[in-house]
Amino acid sequence: MLKTEQMVLNMGPQHPSTHGVLRLELELEGEIIVNVKPHLGYLHRCFEKHCEAMTYPQIIPYVDRLDYLASMNNEMGYAIAVERLLDIKVPERVEYIRVIMAELQRIASHMVAVGTYGIDIGAFTPFLYLFRDRERILTLFEKTCGARLLYNYIWVGGLSHDLPINFVNETRDFLNDFKKTVIEVNNLLSYNKIFIERTANVGVLNVESAINYGITGPNLRASGLKWDIRRNDPYSIYDRFDFEIPVGEGLHGQVGDCWDRYYLRVQEMIQSIRIVEQALDQLPEGEITSALPKRIKPVEGQLYSRVENPKGELGYFIVSKGQLQPFRVKVRPPSFINLSVLGELCKGHLIADVIAILGSIDIVLGEVDR
Amino acid sequence: MGLLDKEFSDDNIVISKVDDLLNWARLSSLWQMSFGLACCAIEMMATSASHYDFDRFGVIPRPSPRQADIIIISGTVTLKMATRIKRLYEQMADPKYIISMGSCSNCGGPYWEHGYHVLKGVDRVIPVDVYVPGCPPRPEALLEGLLTLQEKIRNESLVKKSV
Ligand code: SF4
Repeated sequence: MLKTEQMVLNMGPQHPSTHGVLRLELELEGEIIVNVKPHLGYLHRCFEKHCEAMTYPQIIPYVDRLDYLASMNNEMGYAIAVERLLDIKVPERVEYIRVIMAELQRIASHMVAVGTYGIDIGAFTPFLYLFRDRERILTLFEKTCGARLLYNYIWVGGLSHDLPINFVNETRDFLNDFKKTVIEVNNLLSYNKIFIERTANVGVLNVESAINYGITGPNLRASGLKWDIRRNDPYSIYDRFDFEIPVGEGLHGQVGDCWDRYYLRVQEMIQSIRIVEQALDQLPEGEITSALPKRIKPVEGQLYSRVENPKGELGYFIVSKGQLQPFRVKVRPPSFINLSVLGELCKGHLIADVIAILGSIDIVLGEVDR
Repeated sequence: MGLLDKEFSDDNIVISKVDDLLNWARLSSLWQMSFGLACCAIEMMATSASHYDFDRFGVIPRPSPRQADIIIISGTVTLKMATRIKRLYEQMADPKYIISMGSCSNCGGPYWEHGYHVLKGVDRVIPVDVYVPGCPPRPEALLEGLLTLQEKIRNESLVKKSV
């Protein structure tokens, strides 16, 4: 009598394609996935505990370390949340610089996402191309605030430094070069036969389950829903810019498959270039320090404030008891919630597809575990 | 061996100490376990990518601990992860070396004071050869750490020391 047995296989916490220290417990029927259970907590960094002990400005460096590929966006979200609590209005120039930084950071984050996704599937060259260009963004950041990865640049009510001399020209140079490389990388990877075979029609996420799982960001848009907080609930000055919101169209398979999720990030990079260019054109002169509060002590109250991060909707829920420290800061991390759909997407696929699907969701473990 | 290329007209013999030969071979091909923990891992990736090019020093990422010579602990070591790191270290074949990259793995870093989760220094579970300070260390700093490790290997000896 032949009989088959289910097998349990552990993937991670040390695995080159789990994008960090994630452990997946795979239940297999031969090579077919029956169930996927993610095990978290290998990078738990007790963000909320820290927030109980720190004052509002002291929290900013910890906010950087949530999604360490998109520190500027995290800072911007946090600064906006506290500013709403304090009812501060920041100067025009600060708003523009923030948008420029956030969009450059979005490009950098998507570069890592696209580059490492290529590696996951077996294409190494795009990674090298993209990291070469990412280095230029990091240099721009470094000139501005002295740090390459974790900046502590966007403060509540302002910025730590003004832009350095020549920043505008250098950024323009970079954007002009990058406009070409993004097309080059796209042509290298997106239409490659092997790449399409590996990603098209794999891990299809339809709109209903995306909404039910609370998926946000590129993953939701790849499923066909035009939902972008920059447009639907504008914060800062995003309503002044002209940009498109790409959605998944299922060019090589069904709408919402891995290829769509990957390709959406490529398109978003192009849109971010447009936003940065417009912001550079409109960048006003002026000072940046006038709105910096002497002491940050919001009145009693609570609020939820959200921004569009490269990974999705990043929300901060802050409870203030009228002290120098917040009573509670709760983060709604996009990666954590996007990861929850992994089990459903993987069911019925081959074991090699788990890597393709996980890479296309683009998680960062710092944000998943916090 | 660039120095000796095309220098001899016949087969020849080079006299060297066993120590020198082995150390030279070891330090020039330090295969690294591709194992990233947190933010520092992104800087480690940047170091291996195009701009800084870790390959120049013979550092090639290997996915399996069995094939690796060095492990770069790049990030926050939580208590939950500490036992796994020890296990990974034990799976590596001798000779094996460890670079601790960033304040987190050196001493707990920014989480030292209030963190209930952090291992205050990875050297509490595995022996560290080189510490690279920074949060995160720049890629140049990691390269410097690697050069320091190579220097350390160059001065190792296989000869049993008489007591
Ligand atoms: S040392 Fe700093 S950059 Fe490195 S993992 Fe720790 S918090 Fe992140």
